[in-house]
Amino acid sequence: MAEYSAFSLLKNAFSGNRDWKPAWRKPDPKPNYDVIVIGGGGHGLATAYYLAAEHGITNVAVLERGWLGSGNIGRNTTIVRSNYLLPESVRFYEHSMKLWENLSHELNYNVMFSQRGVLNLAHSPGQADAFIRRGNAMRHGGVDAEWLTPCEIGRKVPGLDISGSARFPITGGLLQPRAGTARHDAVAWGYARAADRRGVDLIENCEVTGFLRDGDKITGVSTTRGDIRAKKVALAVAGSTSRVLERAGIDTFPIESHVLQAFVSEALKPFVDCVVTFGAGHLYMSQSDKGGLVFGGSLDFYNSYAQRGNLPTVEDVTSEICAMFPTVARLRLLRSWGGVMDMSMDGSPIITKGPLPGLYLNCGWCYGGFKATPASGYSFAWTIAKDEPHTINAPFTLKRFERGAAIDETGHGPTPKLH
Amino acid sequence: MLIDCPHCGARDLSEFSYQGDATRTRPDPASTDTKAWIDYVYNRPNPAGKHREYWQHAGGCRAHLVIERDTLNHEIRSVALARRDYNGGDAA
Repeated sequence: MAEYSAFSLLKNAFSGNRDWKPAWRKPDPKPNYDVIVIGGGGHGLATAYYLAAEHGITNVAVLERGWLGSGNIGRNTTIVRSNYLLPESVRFYEHSMKLWENLSHELNYNVMFSQRGVLNLAHSPGQADAFIRRGNAMRHGGVDAEWLTPCEIGRKVPGLDISGSARFPITGGLLQPRAGTARHDAVAWGYARAADRRGVDLIENCEVTGFLRDGDKITGVSTTRGDIRAKKVALAVAGSTSRVLERAGIDTFPIESHVLQAFVSEALKPFVDCVVTFGAGHLYMSQSDKGGLVFGGSLDFYNSYAQRGNLPTVEDVTSEICAMFPTVARLRLLRSWGGVMDMSMDGSPIITKGPLPGLYLNCGWCYGGFKATPASGYSFAWTIAKDEPHTINAPFTLKRFERGAAIDETGHGPTPKLH
Repeated sequence: MLIDCPHCGARDLSEFSYQGDATRTRPDPASTDTKAWIDYVYNRPNPAGKHREYWQHAGGCRAHLVIERDTLNHEIRSVALARRDYNGGDAA
């Protein structure tokens, strides 16, 4: 299996890069596993890794319809943060942040985690109050948060218009210094290689077409590569959750699938060294190591499985980045793309046992799933292995909606497009 | 995406506001059937394919519409005015 070092780089450079070994095996599915994880994205691969690494469960298969990491793990804007308001979210995402801080070492794979800071700009006294309240809630939960004045913001991010005559004058900003970005594909590849080495079978081009059942209990899956049985079947399929659950006979579920677009500009010299978000609209932006500005905004606001969006959203998002950084107005867009988001009814995820016996569920990530990847895999593996939730995912049940215990950061209620 | 409003003709997507799934029906307000209310408020079929949904021509004639659209490719199959026999949709 592939090992990476300065020496191997040099050696392979001299041999024309023809001798690199694959990073993981391509096994055929076995007829039986202890656990099947459906979905070979970030969350599914992380789950398989933690099942093997933390719980010693290595007779595991990850089934992926396309190729590993072909969904949202490769389509996001790479932001990692834990700047939440509600205690349940703070606990969960801070746990994730701590796993991120050691992830490259743990996987022996450079995920290029860069704690460059995430700065949320506020544009009115009311918004400043709300951000300071969130900053206090974060500090109360042991998370780092700092309030910056417009002058401090001007020194930190020189491209911003901090004058009073800006279209949306900046009143301050909430900074989480430990937040930042990571190389999204490397996260998928790192977890995949680490899981593969512990004996997990990563099976690509294998679509789940149905579920094998014994009465109510799920005992395995039918796939395009044959039937596979397992004691436990775990779902981590993000925007496809409703489609896969339908194959298990569940017709309605508290999820809507929406399309979210993301953008990258042509490469620039170093321009901004932290993640900046625009509070007068909805925009988040950072500069990649290759120099492109990577940014995104709101959903397209209608149900979609299309992995591509429409032009009004493109116009909206680009007009916001120009309002924030007037200097980028002449910049050309390099690419734009879309991903399908599993928008839940309160904007928070669902990581739980059920809803059928033998089935486990991980979904509802809205558009915040990337930063959650390590904690999602960690707590989902825990739930699968022990048949009970870890403390960090205990509040994120499916039952919380009917119990009236929704975890709604923004207070938008059951209107998924607004989370 | 262009939407063919029955009053105004084909107009750009940006004039319209999405109001969600139109297949849900609100239980009788006097109903105390908790399960029916939970289903109505929280659960959605979320189909990949044909989807019947509410839109409002907010930047035009302000009519509420029921549109049948394919969620896999955004193709619009039909547009009709929302009538009394439909009730439901999202609050915002």
